[in-house]
Amino acid sequence: MSSETQKILTTGGIPLEESLKKVEKRNKIKAFLLVSPLLFFLIIAYISPIVSLLFTSIDDRMVTNMLPKTFKAMKQWDGKDLPSEEVFEAFYQDYKILIEEKRHGKLSTQMNYEKNGFKSILKKLARKMKKFEEGNYKEQIMAVHKRWADVEYWRALKRRAPTYTYSKYLKGVDMYENEEGKIVEVPEERRIYKILWLRTLEIAFFVTLFCFLMAYPIAHLLATLPMKYSNLLMICVLLPFWTSLLVRTASWMILLQQQGIVNDVFVWTGLVADDSRPEMMYNKTGTYVAMTQILLPFMVLPLYSVMKTISPSLMRAGKSLGGTPFITFWKVYFPLTIPGIGAGCLLVFIIAVGYYITPELVGGASGTLISNQIAYQMKSTLDWSFASAMGLMLLTGVLVVYWVYNKLVGIDNIKLG
Amino acid sequence: MSETDSFVKFKKVDKSYDGEILVVKDLNLDVAQGEFLTLLGPSGSGKTTILMMLAGFETPTNGEIYLDGEAISNIPPYKRRIGMVFQNYALFPHMTVYENLSFPLKVRKVSKDETDKKINKALSMVSLTGFETRMPGQLSGGQQQRVAVARALVFDPKLVLMDEPLGALDKNLRESMQYELKHIHESLGVTVVYVTHDQGEALTMSNRIAVFNEGKIQQLSNPDKLYEEPVNSFVAEFIGENNTFQGEVSEISGNKCRVKLGSGDEILANPISVKLKGDKTKISLRPERALINPEEKIENKFKGKIEEVIYHGDHTRIRMNLLGKSQFILKIPNSSARMDLKLGNEMIIGWHSKDCRALDLT
Ligand SMILES: Nc1ncnc2c1ncn2[C@@H]1O[C@H](COP(=O)(O)OP(=O)(O)OP(=O)(O)O)[C@@H](O)[C@H]1O
Ligand SMILES: [Mg+2]
Repeated sequence: MSSETQKILTTGGIPLEESLKKVEKRNKIKAFLLVSPLLFFLIIAYISPIVSLLFTSIDDRMVTNMLPKTFKAMKQWDGKDLPSEEVFEAFYQDYKILIEEKRHGKLSTQMNYEKNGFKSILKKLARKMKKFEEGNYKEQIMAVHKRWADVEYWRALKRRAPTYTYSKYLKGVDMYENEEGKIVEVPEERRIYKILWLRTLEIAFFVTLFCFLMAYPIAHLLATLPMKYSNLLMICVLLPFWTSLLVRTASWMILLQQQGIVNDVFVWTGLVADDSRPEMMYNKTGTYVAMTQILLPFMVLPLYSVMKTISPSLMRAGKSLGGTPFITFWKVYFPLTIPGIGAGCLLVFIIAVGYYITPELVGGASGTLISNQIAYQMKSTLDWSFASAMGLMLLTGVLVVYWVYNKLVGIDNIKLG
Repeated sequence: MSETDSFVKFKKVDKSYDGEILVVKDLNLDVAQGEFLTLLGPSGSGKTTILMMLAGFETPTNGEIYLDGEAISNIPPYKRRIGMVFQNYALFPHMTVYENLSFPLKVRKVSKDETDKKINKALSMVSLTGFETRMPGQLSGGQQQRVAVARALVFDPKLVLMDEPLGALDKNLRESMQYELKHIHESLGVTVVYVTHDQGEALTMSNRIAVFNEGKIQQLSNPDKLYEEPVNSFVAEFIGENNTFQGEVSEISGNKCRVKLGSGDEILANPISVKLKGDKTKISLRPERALINPEEKIENKFKGKIEEVIYHGDHTRIRMNLLGKSQFILKIPNSSARMDLKLGNEMIIGWHSKDCRALDLT
């Protein structure tokens, strides 16, 4: 019986398994201590922001916190007819405090997102409320503006009652939950985010493709040229990499603008007439050109490091066995570079999907990406929870790409160097 | 010989990689159909370079190579039908053994049945049947080399180039593969140009051997002649063991010459590269040609003292001090009647003048 067989002992008389575990445990603790600063750093700088992003994106306590009594009173309201006097009274008291603390502006902004026209009636109420008499608040509030007597507005208020919501995620894909609680698409003319997502994917895809097409021959040259030329070429690839991103983007602006150098050359060679200089900036073209150039090293370097390891004698062997240069390339060289292609494409695609500065500067209206929209939401509309939601959607997208890649090629096939 | 007589012909070929050093100098070499020719030489002597030029991966800086009567510079590498075993095997790492071997057949559009048959035959030739589905990374160094050999032979090339194909094998496998290769060569009748820096391998396998040094052929002849009759001191020292003496020719007549050594002793030798009295020379004598206690009338006879005895299994090597030189080596077969080989013993050593060759001094 196998379980009954004698345990192997070390020369010290301790069972081998146990002593092995003991040794390994010590090693494991040591290894853990070594990586713990990194782990700590990751938790502080990476995981905790993402978790807080997650909370911000679904956190809708802002309105609830501003109108605590109102929402309490609203619990009994069935939402069919206008709410009762208690709700109106609670609302009056909440709003009064907000006005005293000068926080009522924020409420009106928030409510206006929920339903158009809320801002003006809240403002008007703030003005009129000073002269309110005690009791019968329902009458008094409804007298301020006829919309206060419209049950739709009260329903909109009630919709803000839940503390957590996924509405921002719906908004991110141009959908919303309508009055009946159904998820529907926003009207055609107000859809903006879906287009933006698609454009982001499209630009990231083509930038990856262009980078690949340009980097493959460069990397091949780098790997096969004699040392003194390949060093020079390597510097040419890396020099832009060492230059500030802003400087590089700015130089593309100088090159690509309508009175810029590229256009001047076009005119000078007679390719285009002086009065019909093509628009190459503040649109997709600008984004493509600048991003391809900026992300090129991220494609070249993994490809180069893989190609460097491919012995030239393999190509020779292929040829001596009768393969034409093309067959030899396709059957021998190319399959061996796939790990590098995978690494480069994944790297460039993921960076491109989240790219911000370059499209912001040269992208114009038609060349901006989802990150520019996120930045806009954070800086201009101050809708942080929407920005967080979109940020997380982007992150999820990247993880999905990574997952698909892993399924198709296998992540252990990646070679960065 | 005209261009069409020999199968491979190098005509005044020079090769330089950097424009400064000639790696191959004025190479003239003919290889006959079905011959097994070995290029033998120390590391860096240009052997791989010659194969590369023949296979078409390097172009001669000067001169022309002919293959089957045709100037080779007009034929691209993939049309030359030359099988090559590379020094580092060059197996395709992403293909199985089967796929590696089927590559040359696939590009020639050989049918599936035919391919299977050929691959089976090639693998059994190198005794690797059953390894079809392995990846090269899952094979030992020696197995990889054998796959490389099989791959170079599987498409029936008219010429096979092998660049140290047995370098990674242990002694036993190496020897059995040497016989295997020799056997394959004989049964297929294919022309082989073989590169090695192992002289034993060269001697056992080849029809002819070209000894290279610094890009030049030092001697081109069949194995026994190469060993017995080296034409210069490089070849004598490179092939087999060798006792040497330096001196000056004091008398020369016909096939004998008298050489005066630095110690004042005189040796009668066979003049190979010396012509005139007063020429400086290096005398070369194979250890097994030196006789112990020779007959009375032998031409060279001296007394030496044993300084070291080294047991080698089948023979014993003795280092002795002879003619003022303490590096004189003797090989004595280990028969049952062992001589009295003791440190410090004195012995009479002698040899015939035809066995000691007066060569150039380098
Ligand atoms: N691609 C190259 N560029 C420049 N020099 C080279 C190149 N290949 C070989 N050489 C030089 O040419 C000389 C001959 O090299 P080669 O590879 O032919 O030697 P070899 O006889 O095959 O040596 P080994 O037995 O070590 O394989 C060497 O001095 C080497 O440094
Ligand atoms: Mg070599």
